[in-house]
Amino acid sequence: MPGHSDPGFDTLALHAGAAPDPSTGARVTPLHLSTSFVFESAEHAAGLFNMERAGHVYSRLSNPTTAVLEERMAALEGGVGAIATASGQAALYLAIATLAGAGSHIVSSGALYGGSHNLLHYTLRRFGIETTFVKPGDIDGWRAAIRPNTKLLFGETLGNPGLDVLDIPSVSAIAHDAGLPLLVDSTLTTPWLMKPFEHGADLIYHSATKFLSGHGTVVGGVLVDSGAFDWEAAHAKHRLFPELCEPYAGFHDMVFTEESTVGAFLLRARREGLRDFGACISPHTAWLILQGIETLPLRMERHVRNAQKVAEFLAGQAAVESVGYPGLATHRDHALAQRLLPRGCGSVFSFNLKGSREQGRVFIETLKIFSHLANVGDCRSLVIHPATTTHSRMDDAALAFAGIGPGTIRLSIGLEDVDDLIDDLKRALKAASK
Amino acid sequence: MKRTVNDKTAYAYTGGRVFDPALPSLVLIHGALNDHSVWTLLARSFAHHGWNLFAVDLPGHGRSEGPALASVEACANWVWALLDTAGVKQAALAGHSMGSLIALEAASRQPARCTRLAMIGTAYPMKVSDALLATARDMPLKAIDMVNAFSHSGWAAKPSYPGPGAWLHGGSRALMRRTLAGHPAFNLFEHDFRVCDRYANGLEAAAKITCPASLLIGERDQMTSPKQTAALAEALKARVSRLPAGHALMAEAPEQMLSALRAALQ
Repeated sequence: MPGHSDPGFDTLALHAGAAPDPSTGARVTPLHLSTSFVFESAEHAAGLFNMERAGHVYSRLSNPTTAVLEERMAALEGGVGAIATASGQAALYLAIATLAGAGSHIVSSGALYGGSHNLLHYTLRRFGIETTFVKPGDIDGWRAAIRPNTKLLFGETLGNPGLDVLDIPSVSAIAHDAGLPLLVDSTLTTPWLMKPFEHGADLIYHSATKFLSGHGTVVGGVLVDSGAFDWEAAHAKHRLFPELCEPYAGFHDMVFTEESTVGAFLLRARREGLRDFGACISPHTAWLILQGIETLPLRMERHVRNAQKVAEFLAGQAAVESVGYPGLATHRDHALAQRLLPRGCGSVFSFNLKGSREQGRVFIETLKIFSHLANVGDCRSLVIHPATTTHSRMDDAALAFAGIGPGTIRLSIGLEDVDDLIDDLKRALKAASK
Repeated sequence: MKRTVNDKTAYAYTGGRVFDPALPSLVLIHGALNDHSVWTLLARSFAHHGWNLFAVDLPGHGRSEGPALASVEACANWVWALLDTAGVKQAALAGHSMGSLIALEAASRQPARCTRLAMIGTAYPMKVSDALLATARDMPLKAIDMVNAFSHSGWAAKPSYPGPGAWLHGGSRALMRRTLAGHPAFNLFEHDFRVCDRYANGLEAAAKITCPASLLIGERDQMTSPKQTAALAEALKARVSRLPAGHALMAEAPEQMLSALRAALQ
């Protein structure tokens, strides 16, 4: 509520974390392309390295431009802070690696972006971290999958590609009952459509490549902490979070929860994960994402309006078997979406074409406005065939588990005139039906 | 550091250092609905540069067991009792907001033990408006948002606290919510505000202070207005430092705070 509280969303999207540059008067956040920053004195240098003083040392750890992006995203999500990363995948990995190690276990929604599924199912297993996948709507399944060594629960706010709406209030309650945090990928919803912290999530990450940037220009990610999860209380019960609650030999035997009651997770993630794994964002990328965020409210409003109209159009076509958009009453999570996503259900969704894989090929290749490529959240409309691209590493059973069929087509609806988009789809459907 | 005071667990952050009787001691006392973590950078700096550091969690706040104490005077006695358990004979006392009143009162109760007094983000009397008291009582989460808005002078204090990428409003809100949630059946926010509001011994306490005193004031403080410090400054014969910040001085101006507090403790 604007007034005697934080400013409103649109104001924060323009101002949070930024002010006119004190040295030059520049109104727009300057782009600080500098690897490193001069110390005022030997004492100042030592103080920065010992976390006695705040400031920038080296742009892998922090950078003035990047920090504006981090603070802005924390403000928009309602968190305590954020860490920008080289990509959304880097943000996911940073979140997991800060909490989990060999012998750890994760409970995850099975409806994930293919790259996230790959990380959890194949890559992290190689490092001793196991994942149990559950159907996002199977609330009892979430609870049953938790083991004594489970470190976190994870899901996407809108599951890829079937747009299962994650019941964050229910899943977070299960997580918290077990003394565990809930991490969500909020890429497809952005804080304009949903603020997962308000529903109980503890950690959020975004592929900022998508709607936050909004223009298909750069790859980046951001990890945000609510500051609400009580790591100490959870650790006292189950001893699951020594990384945050016990001395860390890798940084002066620091106990992060003692240093910062609500910022411990981000301290560790920056002081370990960003420092050691090094998947930092380029300040130039951060700057471009900031430009995108300034217009996020305007763009998201148009994205969801266009998407709703396109989804309704497709739902009425004889050549279309089904449309997986929660904004439609036919979607299994429509009621949940109305509760959690009152502003709209994003602009990325899938539908199933009737007919063969060849008809799918014709459909995609006939489209003129929609670009056939592996991205979503661009201001331009996009299309892809998940079974042969983004999710091609999954076997048939995993594809079916994720709700992907051979005729599934994923659309990312952009900001064009919606009538033009519908005309384009009409032409392609007609061509595919011949 | 955990000790037992009045049969209750009492916590003070020490920067990971053990007590050295050869070093001077510094006590940092937080404000309403806060805990020791509001001092992290400053505390760590002093702890690693020649001081025994005790950034306390007041009873009922953070890691110190409740109940919350009913008055500034009771908190002042508790501070000395905690230092007694640690074997501290003399200490410099610094407090922020409500903690500044506790530091003042503690210094006046045992003036021979207090080597320096630093009152940060302070005013006397520290009256809380009826409207804010009522909001803290009836809608504490809304009151947290209001206090957050009043306490921060902008949306981009750099280099942020405890480091780049931290959103100060969010960190402050999360800490206050966490502290409030530690008392499901008790409104600690209203309690702390009333402790500030009721305190009436400020000028009498100031008259008893024998050590050098300093006031560290945020130029844009809307919670404890700089205008309400004149009488206190005169009574204490205090050095007054004005910092480019609102009420959340440690977070909004950590470098300037470090310099000002160092000067105050010289």
